[in-house]
Amino acid sequence: MSTLDILLWVVVPYISLAIFVVGHYWRYKYDKFGWTTRSSQLYERRLLRWGSPLFHFGILFVLLGHVGGLGIPKSWTSAVGISEEAYHAVALVTGAIAGFCTLAGLAILIYRRRTVGPVFSATTRNDKFMYVVLTATILFGLSNTVLGALGHEGVDYRDTVSPWFRSIFYFQPQPELMTEAGLGFQLHALSALLLFAIWPFTRLVHVFSAPLGYFTRPYIVYRSRAPHLGNRATPRGWDRVGGGRR
Amino acid sequence: MRVMAQMGMVMNLDKCIGCHTCSVTCKQAWTNRSGVEYVWFNNVETRPGQGYPRTYEDQEKWRGGWEVGRNGRLQLRTGSRLKRLLTIFSSPVQPSINDYYEPWTYDYETLTSAPVQEHTPVARPRSLLTNKPMNIEWSANWDDNLGGAPELTRDDPVLKKISAEIKEKFEQTYMFYLPRICEHCINPSCAASCPSGAIYKREEDGIVLVDQDRCRGWRQCVTGCPYKKVYFNHRTGKAEKCTFCFPRVEVGIPTVCSETCVGRLRYIGIVLYDADKVLEAASTPDDQDLYKAQRSILLDPHDPEVIRAAEQAGISRDWIDSAQRSPIYALINRFEVALPLHPEYRTMPMVWYIPPLSPVVDALTETGHDGEDAGNIFGAIESLRIPVEYLAELFAAGDTNLVTGVLKKLGAMRSYMRDLNLGRPADESIATAVGMTGRDIEDMHRLLAIAKYDERYVIPLAHAEQGPGQEELDTGCSLDYDDGPGMGGWGPFGETSGGTTPIAVENFHMLAARQTSDTMAAPGDKGQRVNLLNWDGKGAPEGMFPARPEESAALHGPDGGGVSADSPAVTDPKP
Repeated sequence: MSTLDILLWVVVPYISLAIFVVGHYWRYKYDKFGWTTRSSQLYERRLLRWGSPLFHFGILFVLLGHVGGLGIPKSWTSAVGISEEAYHAVALVTGAIAGFCTLAGLAILIYRRRTVGPVFSATTRNDKFMYVVLTATILFGLSNTVLGALGHEGVDYRDTVSPWFRSIFYFQPQPELMTEAGLGFQLHALSALLLFAIWPFTRLVHVFSAPLGYFTRPYIVYRSRAPHLGNRATPRGWDRVGGGRR
Repeated sequence: MRVMAQMGMVMNLDKCIGCHTCSVTCKQAWTNRSGVEYVWFNNVETRPGQGYPRTYEDQEKWRGGWEVGRNGRLQLRTGSRLKRLLTIFSSPVQPSINDYYEPWTYDYETLTSAPVQEHTPVARPRSLLTNKPMNIEWSANWDDNLGGAPELTRDDPVLKKISAEIKEKFEQTYMFYLPRICEHCINPSCAASCPSGAIYKREEDGIVLVDQDRCRGWRQCVTGCPYKKVYFNHRTGKAEKCTFCFPRVEVGIPTVCSETCVGRLRYIGIVLYDADKVLEAASTPDDQDLYKAQRSILLDPHDPEVIRAAEQAGISRDWIDSAQRSPIYALINRFEVALPLHPEYRTMPMVWYIPPLSPVVDALTETGHDGEDAGNIFGAIESLRIPVEYLAELFAAGDTNLVTGVLKKLGAMRSYMRDLNLGRPADESIATAVGMTGRDIEDMHRLLAIAKYDERYVIPLAHAEQGPGQEELDTGCSLDYDDGPGMGGWGPFGETSGGTTPIAVENFHMLAARQTSDTMAAPGDKGQRVNLLNWDGKGAPEGMFPARPEESAALHGPDGGGVSADSPAVTDPKP
């Protein structure tokens, strides 16, 4: 195992994930106002109407697939009686469908971004860089799935990529597993690590504002002027008698 | 009984001359920034007309506000929470920029840089979205003063509800102006639509605000608001709306639109209402009962029970005093001449309107009758069905009796007061005919015709002990003003990322930035451009005049005659 392998499959992942976590914390503290994806629906809605749901629902299923594929060890699925063939058949079919939906949505969105004037002028360099990395990650991932479906898959990712990925999180990294994975998986992993590293600094942060609290909160939100709007809390000695309107 | 205070406004439409001063001053104060070029927190519409954004009142299309579901419960017109979240990736019925209008500027530079030619050079319009030349095809007031009628007015959603015969004749008959701001509803559907919970109602005064730090730009509020008074800032990706000028109101001065209103037609005050009854009132089955339902939740500030409950709820004595002197409470619940705009949206709006009587009087006078005689005017209100039906669709969910009653009161006031002004004895029967007393009419006349500044605007102060929380005292980091992260162009993560934009515009750096930017994208020669519309006449901003020859001489070397730029021998350049 060379130094390069350790660099790529131990150092880079930890740096990338550290940036991902700390970056989000920092961005949230520093830039709540910038925490949005700057919707361009006001400019154009015909293409967005197809592209955006295709992409977003597609990538949500892709995410689910990754949670299953990377997070659940092979021994667990075989323990409950799912055969290797059945697992891969299901993973390939659903993965390919979700992947192609994502890709189709992304293609529509990028076409829209480039050709619709106002949308293009509202695109920053930051956005463009993010699109390149995101597209590369999706393309590498999808090509792995397609190659696997065609039977060109040399190694089982559940024996290499997945244990490596999990090993990072229990701090006993096993870079040697990744060196056995094919080039396709290696590129996919590296581009994904790059994506994680730039994530907190792009509009992708909007992923973490999924409004799940909407289901449980009352319709109308009331807030008091005093404690919230200003940056400073009410000083000691200025508290209202008995609490009052708070 | 849970007593809450609510800031509200009443506008007397008889006095609106459609000068748009309110809109312009509001725009200068609040939305004179990139990203909100198309946004008018205050706008004045000519009715009949399509409004702004176009046909916003057609809720079959735009799906704003609440409706009573089959089970009798109140629900948003856009459907359940789950349905809204499932369609969040592409908001189904959000207006596009063309429903407002595409903002533009002019190529002013051509006027000064064009070569000598036979014809006057023309400053072509350029889109502020794409920076490309564009054709101006619509704007916020394209159909002002019935411009484009009858073709454009035919699309007025309110007019469509009235019979076909009226549509043909309408524009010859009747026209008035409708100034609109955010309604600061008691039951705001924008807040209910917000997935992030960023839109909130202030407990103290009921003003509805968007927390810019919590807004995530889902745009559901734009759809949810039936008045389309929440706007999407397309550069910051956040929702913005009328703030009821809360930094001003907190220190007791009226909103910018009211302060600058030429006709002095706006009244500001607070009302007390029972928060426990809001849902029940908003769920009233019949649309035409909503006016009464909303009035019923407003509490009488003179009632000792109410005063006690208000004090228990932490409402201070001076706020209760203000509620007792409130001009809007008087116009809504004592004289009963103010009506809510589109009560059928069920949001319990708190900007109310006194419907216009003047066109009726004018029509009457034109026929040769005495337009202010009580008998004549009562008859005219009855027979001039067209304006009454139109007004009823706007202010009473189609209940013409309600509008007729209000117009009769206004007519009665004119007749009754004319007698007094001409030194004739007061005719109490005029007052009785509209269910009032002479005293009521005189009080109403005072409020509508004479009321001075402090009677029109009864605004209690935010309290000193709440002071540390107030906005303008918390200036935060002074670097946020200047070229800090976020001001004046794209920050590292997009437009105005970083610290919060300060609320006051009265500061030097923002003015300077505004004076030198008139395009959306920062142009390369920004330093040499000046937007004269923003120039306040003081000083000469950089770029207003071309560089003086001696300066360019100093810049370009000794060709300029060999004098140094700061030599006292240099004379002014010849024109």
